[in-house]
Amino acid sequence: MENLVEIALQNVNMAAILPSVILTCFGMGLLLINVFLPRGTTRPAVWISIIGLVVTGFFVFSGWGDPQYGFNDAVAMDNYAAFFSIIFLFAAGLTILISDNYLHREGYPVNEYYPLILFATAGAMWMASGTDMMTIFLGLEVMSISLYVLAGFFRGQVRSNEAGLKYFLLGAFSTGFLLYGMALIYGVTGSTKLTEIGVYLSAHSSLLDNPMTLAGLVLLSIGFLFKLGAAPFHMWVPDVYQGAPTPITAFMSAGPKAAAFAAFLRIMEYCFFTLKPEWTAMLWVLAVMTMIIGNVIAIKQTNIKRMLAYSSIAHAGYAMVGMVAANEIGYSGILFYMLAYTFMNIGAFAVLTLAGKKGEDNLTLEGFSGFGFKRPYLGVAMTIFLFSLMGLPPTAGFTGKFYIFAGAIDAGYIWLAIIGVLNSAVSLYYYLRVMVYMYFRDPVEDYSWVSLPAAAVISIVIAIIGVFYLGIIPGDVMELAKLAVF
Amino acid sequence: MTDHLLSLMTFFPLVGMLIILFLPREADKLIKTVTLIVTIIVFFISLPLAFDDVFLTSSAMHYTEFVNWISVGQYFQMNYYVGIDGISLWLVMLTTFIMPIAILSTWNAIEKNTKGFMALALLLETGMLGAFISLDLFLFYVFWELMLVPMYFMIGIWGGKNRVYAAVKFFIFTAVGSLLMLVALIYVYYFAVKAGVPFENGFSIIQFYQMDIPGNLQTWLFAAFAFSFAIKVPMFPVHTWLPDAHTEAPTAGSVILAAILLKMGTYGYVRFAIPLFPEAAMQFTPFLALLAVIGIIYGALVAMMQDDVKRLVAYSSVSHLGFVMLGIFAFNLQGISGGILQMISHGVSTGALFLIVGFLYERRHTRLIADFGGLSKVMPVFATVFMIVTLSSVGLPGTNGFVGEFLILIGAFEGGLRVFAVVATFGVILAAVYMLWMFQRVMMGKVTNPKNENLKDLSARELAIMLPLILFIFWIGVYPNTFLDKMNPSVENLIKQVKGKQQIAMMVEDVDQTVTFITVND
Repeated sequence: MENLVEIALQNVNMAAILPSVILTCFGMGLLLINVFLPRGTTRPAVWISIIGLVVTGFFVFSGWGDPQYGFNDAVAMDNYAAFFSIIFLFAAGLTILISDNYLHREGYPVNEYYPLILFATAGAMWMASGTDMMTIFLGLEVMSISLYVLAGFFRGQVRSNEAGLKYFLLGAFSTGFLLYGMALIYGVTGSTKLTEIGVYLSAHSSLLDNPMTLAGLVLLSIGFLFKLGAAPFHMWVPDVYQGAPTPITAFMSAGPKAAAFAAFLRIMEYCFFTLKPEWTAMLWVLAVMTMIIGNVIAIKQTNIKRMLAYSSIAHAGYAMVGMVAANEIGYSGILFYMLAYTFMNIGAFAVLTLAGKKGEDNLTLEGFSGFGFKRPYLGVAMTIFLFSLMGLPPTAGFTGKFYIFAGAIDAGYIWLAIIGVLNSAVSLYYYLRVMVYMYFRDPVEDYSWVSLPAAAVISIVIAIIGVFYLGIIPGDVMELAKLAVF
Repeated sequence: MTDHLLSLMTFFPLVGMLIILFLPREADKLIKTVTLIVTIIVFFISLPLAFDDVFLTSSAMHYTEFVNWISVGQYFQMNYYVGIDGISLWLVMLTTFIMPIAILSTWNAIEKNTKGFMALALLLETGMLGAFISLDLFLFYVFWELMLVPMYFMIGIWGGKNRVYAAVKFFIFTAVGSLLMLVALIYVYYFAVKAGVPFENGFSIIQFYQMDIPGNLQTWLFAAFAFSFAIKVPMFPVHTWLPDAHTEAPTAGSVILAAILLKMGTYGYVRFAIPLFPEAAMQFTPFLALLAVIGIIYGALVAMMQDDVKRLVAYSSVSHLGFVMLGIFAFNLQGISGGILQMISHGVSTGALFLIVGFLYERRHTRLIADFGGLSKVMPVFATVFMIVTLSSVGLPGTNGFVGEFLILIGAFEGGLRVFAVVATFGVILAAVYMLWMFQRVMMGKVTNPKNENLKDLSARELAIMLPLILFIFWIGVYPNTFLDKMNPSVENLIKQVKGKQQIAMMVEDVDQTVTFITVND
């Protein structure tokens, strides 16, 4: 007994989880501090969370190029995890900056909001750094449970309640699939460690067409595809994205989605590299479906939040193209694209949080009529984000798509690339339509309620800088993304 | 300084745009003046290029700049690689020359949101110049897409009644084509890397020119590039965005669109599609020549039936650019040089025509032919100007339109496109019909509509806009060698390069057939 403890302690290596531990400490500390703050005072919580994210980011950065493995190889803080962690931290930071004003306007200035975002971010970081099924599952649950609460955060609003409940029920269901898949794989290989599973499967090739292995692979994929919002498991996305508080929608579309990619990609690459032809074929079909469903249904939407929800499905589809390519360019393309997407999508949602009235009933195309002239700065910002979402140079959306499609073409998936670009052609229509209303229609409202709080402005400015930085001089970050893949 | 002449010229408008963004919104005239000055400065920056005699003898790229832009390990590398030869030289000059004119034409026409318009116009200039000087396919693509955004907003915000439809149509048509080109250009790149083209050269087309791409692959790649450029030209079945965009765009927008943006398509063929994939270009020649001729005749016939002057001019562009395409696909010196010269003269003449339509519209707020009549009595100076421009568009000897079309027809006739050349000649006649008929209905006869009786003749500003254009109408018409001499070396080099590859391909095909023949005999 004594011996066991000793072995376990030898392999702890706290450095591997240091950033997420720091973030969690900030979150818990914040919960304590909140007790002493008067109700409605949210400023300190905002800035403490931001400081927490920055400090965590500093530790993630300083660990770049120096991978740390800990807990008997259950956690690996390698470049891959670090790159994704940066994405989560940016997503969380941008989200927190746009939240304060929004929560006050909607009448829920509740401080628990911020620790929950920090916990979700920490969970996402465990997903990215997990090299054991259990670590990944743990991260996924920490992240998801925080998000269930956040999605239903406006407990007086029916839509938010619906979003929270729907997300919770379907999410719990999909987690069941995931866990079942993990159990089957454990049953086949006798291990939960990703590398061991991979080694075992490649050593026992008779297992590759074993129904248990395949069922495990499929169930695992279903769990992750649900979290990605990929077709045909996308049905929750529009309702949850529309109903959840707008900053949370922004966060969900960027951070947790990237986390799902992080874990999914690592599991596929570490455990199932021997089954690559099978799962790339499966993902080929799903990527095409996801892109088409997302883009085509988005055309019909008149609510901008809902439209961005469908567009977010489509963007998951683009990123999946990188997984199908299954080469280094495609993989690092996913990393780069998720970072690019974080800036452009949260940026777009940031404008929405500012443009909405209480209750957000005006976030429709009609409601946006003439917005660009009444609110020129926000209009220009929104235009930049929309062009980036379309994938037009010189924005991050373009370089990101280029990276991913370059991977697909290099791997020989020409048709997939063609389907991908044709899908972005479809997406032009609905993104342009927002601009048509913003600039080509006469204003119906004066948007006098729109204010520009400093925090939200900082968030939008960071997003714009990100979009142009990744669009005009993307070389350095692309190189980092290259170094981050396995 | 001359080391970075092209960059200076290309990005100076962007500097101007930043200045404009900091000017107060109400300072309408100030904003216009600053924009005008910026475009004039850009013109003077580019002027030394036109006087550089190096283009008389050398076909190589000059004023090149090469800076590593994006490099990601062994994945890909893009460079900021620019330069011009005799072909792009004149298109660059056309751009810098037309821009101040277009800006000057907005003096009284653009009143709402001047700041936005001028900022977009300058952004557009950067995009256009960048596209003409890019020697890196990726860089070209970036500039090519960059042009879309300002034009979209110009049509959508400052356009006519149907502007939203026209703007969205313009954007989606052009973008769809270019997205397919994106896939093709990535494919070419990886093909090149695998074929051993040095990695550091990035997407350099000079390198890609040297490559031997297998025939079947060329067909697909050429199709992707050609489709994208065909939309921009626009060629016959994909031209439908053009009449809408032209008709709805504000005058300055139409001028830029007709004079410069359409040239992107034909320039794309000369610079990219044909030299990169010469064998496929040869295969596609009959097909594209057919579409070109259909465009010539169809554009002319539809133009004849228009009752809106602006729409008429728009359709005449379809017809004129059909000539350019025909010339390019003749693959000989007369054809291609004529095509490029015709690009320049079309820019000058059609730009002038849109300005004239703009003058009419500013005075009467209508563009219907039926609303006018007998204007020559009321506005004699205007009538003279209009007559000159009309005749140049028709292609009267002595004006610019004649030289280009004549060379194209000779080129096509000698280049094995005889039947097409013969049919295209009817296009010249039809041009005379629709232009002169329109001129007659607008300018001649009695003043039937009392509203037309007191129209003001051209103001000094308007005359100042038109005079440079008229100068070039005659210059190109009387002494085209100024222009031809400088483009010929580059065109000859292009033909040598393309023909060489085509002949090798044909020889290989012959050998293949002989081999088959022999084996069959065995």
